[in-house]
Amino acid sequence: MKCDRCENEATVHEVTIVNGVATEKNLCEHCAASDGIVPAPVSEALDPGAVIAGPLAPATPGRATRSGSCPTCRSTLNDFKQCGLLGCPDCYSTFRTHLTQLAARAHEGASRHIGRTPKRAGGTLDQAALIQERTERLKRLHAQLDEAVAGEQYERAARLRDEIRRLSTQPSESAERES
Amino acid sequence: MSAGHTPEPLGVHFESVPEWLRGDGESADVVVSSRARLARNLAGHPFPARSTQAQRKTTLKLCKDWLSKAGLSAQTTCISLHQAAPSERTLLVERHLISKPLAKGRPLPDAQDDDRPPGETDPRAVVVGLPDEKLAVMINEEDHLRIQAISSGLDLREVLRRAIDADDRIEAGLDYAFDEQFGYLTACPTNVGSGLRLSCMVHLPALKMTGELEKVKRAAADMNLAVRGFYGEGSDAIGDLFQVSNQTALGKSEDQILHELDGEIIPRIVEYERFARKTLMSKRRAVVEDQCWRAFGTLTRARLMGAEEAMQLLSQVRLGVSMGLIRDTTVRIVNHLMLLVQPGHLQRVVGHEMDQEHRKEARATLLRTRLGG
Repeated sequence: MKCDRCENEATVHEVTIVNGVATEKNLCEHCAASDGIVPAPVSEALDPGAVIAGPLAPATPGRATRSGSCPTCRSTLNDFKQCGLLGCPDCYSTFRTHLTQLAARAHEGASRHIGRTPKRAGGTLDQAALIQERTERLKRLHAQLDEAVAGEQYERAARLRDEIRRLSTQPSESAERES
Repeated sequence: MSAGHTPEPLGVHFESVPEWLRGDGESADVVVSSRARLARNLAGHPFPARSTQAQRKTTLKLCKDWLSKAGLSAQTTCISLHQAAPSERTLLVERHLISKPLAKGRPLPDAQDDDRPPGETDPRAVVVGLPDEKLAVMINEEDHLRIQAISSGLDLREVLRRAIDADDRIEAGLDYAFDEQFGYLTACPTNVGSGLRLSCMVHLPALKMTGELEKVKRAAADMNLAVRGFYGEGSDAIGDLFQVSNQTALGKSEDQILHELDGEIIPRIVEYERFARKTLMSKRRAVVEDQCWRAFGTLTRARLMGAEEAMQLLSQVRLGVSMGLIRDTTVRIVNHLMLLVQPGHLQRVVGHEMDQEHRKEARATLLRTRLGG
């Protein structure tokens, strides 16, 4: 397939859906880079004239390209599965669904951040999210406690009971900060 | 505060005892040191493993420039690791100022025509707070920034406070990658959330002698804690020293993680170890005394000594000193020797590089001298 703009072969395909109307773009790597859809090709990034390459080219983060790669750094889920590392911060938006499931497995069922936030990102997280996270955590702990009791793991059960008690009586995050 | 990085080539005094090995502080009989580590990345830049050499140079320069004026410590030194000698990188690993992967360097995705090892081509650095080495910031490790605060004894609240203080100062000049759902974004999703790893290095020789160490390890795994060796992930537990840390950082605030470790887990491990020591003293006193004194005797008489053997013997002596059985040396001296018997430090003390056989001889001499043998 030819590029929509020039005679080169189109290697980047982007579908944008606005109000239910899909618009398709088929571009070569160079035109896609000039549109900010992908970073400049490696050959351009390594231009000996450029002493220091700039940060990532502006892109449309949060949506995987048709080939399933991160639009900002071109990493795929397969790359991540092979090396265990993501390519760039935008990979989190691109692969959010997959990473939410993975995070829950790796972080004792949690999938939302609680705690400090950069001042530049606006200070504190909203209370509703914190309360929801705590409720979900309590549910998980109760389920684990039932399991531990059924399996006669009494030391584990005692620890879980303490954790539930602590979490149930804990003041909210913002109240803790203010105190 | 800081007037920029110190001009000396490395700035770190390798023959001094770093603050975290001083052997004092709360529960210092069991807890060698406490550490807080925060993983941070710059918004709009690929993570180091995915970055080209030019991109790594960019993030290195951004971080270095800001860290030199961020007022992290009264004095700081910035060590460019791609320019440092391999022996210097080894010294920094042994002092726990950098990780083994940072010392080694990461291959560059655009290094097809470059035959040099990644250690020489991967742009990366560490900024160290001087003279106490209580703060270190690794640049271009797995994440752009790894902020570490470390202290002697059980002092998790204080190391967390210092790490957060450094974090605030760094954030004032650098834009962090952050997501409302995932928190601080990290190259590996297991570090996402607060990006915090709180850990204590604990000395558990009595639990090992009573055969209860495996039980403690299993209990720790059950509590979602990581138990690692002396030099972190993938390293062996030499000298009965273990690093116990939280494994998850998403869905828990910094205070919650602190409360779990500082208020519950570490005090419980300390209690177990102390109980094992008491039990040994009441039931097998002669055996314990014999083991500690035999270790002291070997260390003050041997003519050849491997690093691993030295660590094991020093562990026994540390136990003897902590229990008041040996009064001929101190925990501080033993801690310091645990560092000086490592190959990098040993060669630094002697003043030249040596092969393994010569190191064994030099190590035995050093131990005899320092322990008054």
